[in-house]
Amino acid sequence: MVPEENPGAQPESHPAWRRVQLARHPKRPHSLDYIQRLFTDFQEVHGDRTFGDDPAIVAGLAQFEGNPLMVVAEQKGRDTKQKLFRNFGMPKPEGYRKALRVMQMADKFRRPVVTFLDTPGAYPGIDAEERGQAEAIARNLREMARLGVPVVVVCIGEGGSGGALALGVGNTVLMMENAVYSVISPESCAAIIYRDSGKAEQAAAALKLTAPDLLELELIDGIIPEPPGGAQEDPDAAAESLRQHLRRSLNQLDGLSPDQLVQHRYAKFRNMGNFFA
Amino acid sequence: MSWFRRDKPADENRPAPENGERRVRTEGLWQKCEGCRQIIWKKDLEANWSVCPKCGWHSRIDALTRLKLLMDDGEFEPFDVDLRSSDPLGFVDAKPYSERLAGMQRATNLSDALISAAGCLAGRPIQICSMEARFIGGSMGSVVGEKIARAIDRAIDLGTPLVIVSASGGARMQEGAVSLMQMAKISASLMRLDEARLPYISVLTDPTTGGVTASFAMLGDLNIAEPGALIGFAGPRVIEQTIRQKLPEGFQRSEFLLKHGMLDAVVPRLELKPYIARALKFFAA
Ligand SMILES: [Zn+2]
Repeated sequence: MVPEENPGAQPESHPAWRRVQLARHPKRPHSLDYIQRLFTDFQEVHGDRTFGDDPAIVAGLAQFEGNPLMVVAEQKGRDTKQKLFRNFGMPKPEGYRKALRVMQMADKFRRPVVTFLDTPGAYPGIDAEERGQAEAIARNLREMARLGVPVVVVCIGEGGSGGALALGVGNTVLMMENAVYSVISPESCAAIIYRDSGKAEQAAAALKLTAPDLLELELIDGIIPEPPGGAQEDPDAAAESLRQHLRRSLNQLDGLSPDQLVQHRYAKFRNMGNFFA
Repeated sequence: MSWFRRDKPADENRPAPENGERRVRTEGLWQKCEGCRQIIWKKDLEANWSVCPKCGWHSRIDALTRLKLLMDDGEFEPFDVDLRSSDPLGFVDAKPYSERLAGMQRATNLSDALISAAGCLAGRPIQICSMEARFIGGSMGSVVGEKIARAIDRAIDLGTPLVIVSASGGARMQEGAVSLMQMAKISASLMRLDEARLPYISVLTDPTTGGVTASFAMLGDLNIAEPGALIGFAGPRVIEQTIRQKLPEGFQRSEFLLKHGMLDAVVPRLELKPYIARALKFFAA
């Protein structure tokens, strides 16, 4: 039976488009659903100390299997009220600046950083531009590269372009099986190349935005399996799968010095690119 | 106004206009200025580096002209001129990306949307990158990313400053997430330049938007922009569609960004070289 909230997911649609719809599925676990299942003693912290607190990004201290770490995550809402409160998971500059503040706090106290990506994109609005959306994202990219602690990034749903990447500079970058990660939304891409945002399915296929695509392009390190039918079918099982991969990734990075972690992260991104010399 | 070349004595910091090797123009000798709507003799406009002699309007100039403007005697040594995109997605829209690239390469005589070079600015050796907005909107894919990363590597190896002149609509859609990751790659390289305490001056020109603004263009020790340039993260049309209201006058123009604290200065084109020269003199002591 086709879930009623997901009317567009026809069986005959392109696999990439099915994944776009699963990544946006209204019942898909969001960051706080995973945080609740994976961590103990989660203590949320707020604010960028400059302008405000952005509910589209949650950040806090947490324990993962007895080890302290910092979690920073993009958060979508489930019902209409929550969606509005979370601004549909579209962070503003103060969200990215809060994220950077707590990641630098993690660095200071030598705690690993875990981030969850799940956003349609950074918020495109007058206020966001006035307060330097581009600067906030850019600064995060540079400063995440400088963190002397393990950084594990998991794209759990929608990896919406620079708005996702702003939390995405990790030593290890993983994607959930049905997550997508793209430079542009399929709808916007379709509007540009076919002059028809209705052709998003074709655009989704062309953009190579699924987890297997990104693994093939050597842009991510691994794929976290989801329960049959997608994470929304069994959030507990999805969280357990995520837990195992998180544990393995953190163990792999354990023991590296701050300099080694910085070098490792730099080398990883420095090697991304496809060209003929 | 201070940035007009005409009737002003040349000084050593001021770039000389390019008088040689003019391309033969077929579209007429006169051009209407977008700023003041006056008809300008094209040669006057070009002699003034495409800044309107009547109203100061800055028309776009290409990547090569930009290097001639900034580098001493218009001389520089280009790098990685043969770096070409391998079309990692096999992307096809109205036509295959590989064909689009080939057409652009023929039209611009460049392999991609950026020239990287070494040379001297006011006697000081620098690494410089200059973006070409005519090449698929100046968009950033693997080649732009790699050329900038290599320029940063050279700056670190040689201990020289870096200047990047941006003119770009952002990350290149046709290379998908590979383009997106160039933002992180360049920013990570800039972290190393920063650690090496070497100066980076970012010059933002019309237009600088999307993933270019949201990475290296906003990360200069100094961020300076030409007057009236469109600079932002989201494009104006995307914002209008999202918020469903008209954007305020001057929104996302250089002067707007200066007012909101995102730029160190708005610098007219003919003042750019002396401005950068003064800054590098300060940084390099
Ligand atoms: Zn004019």
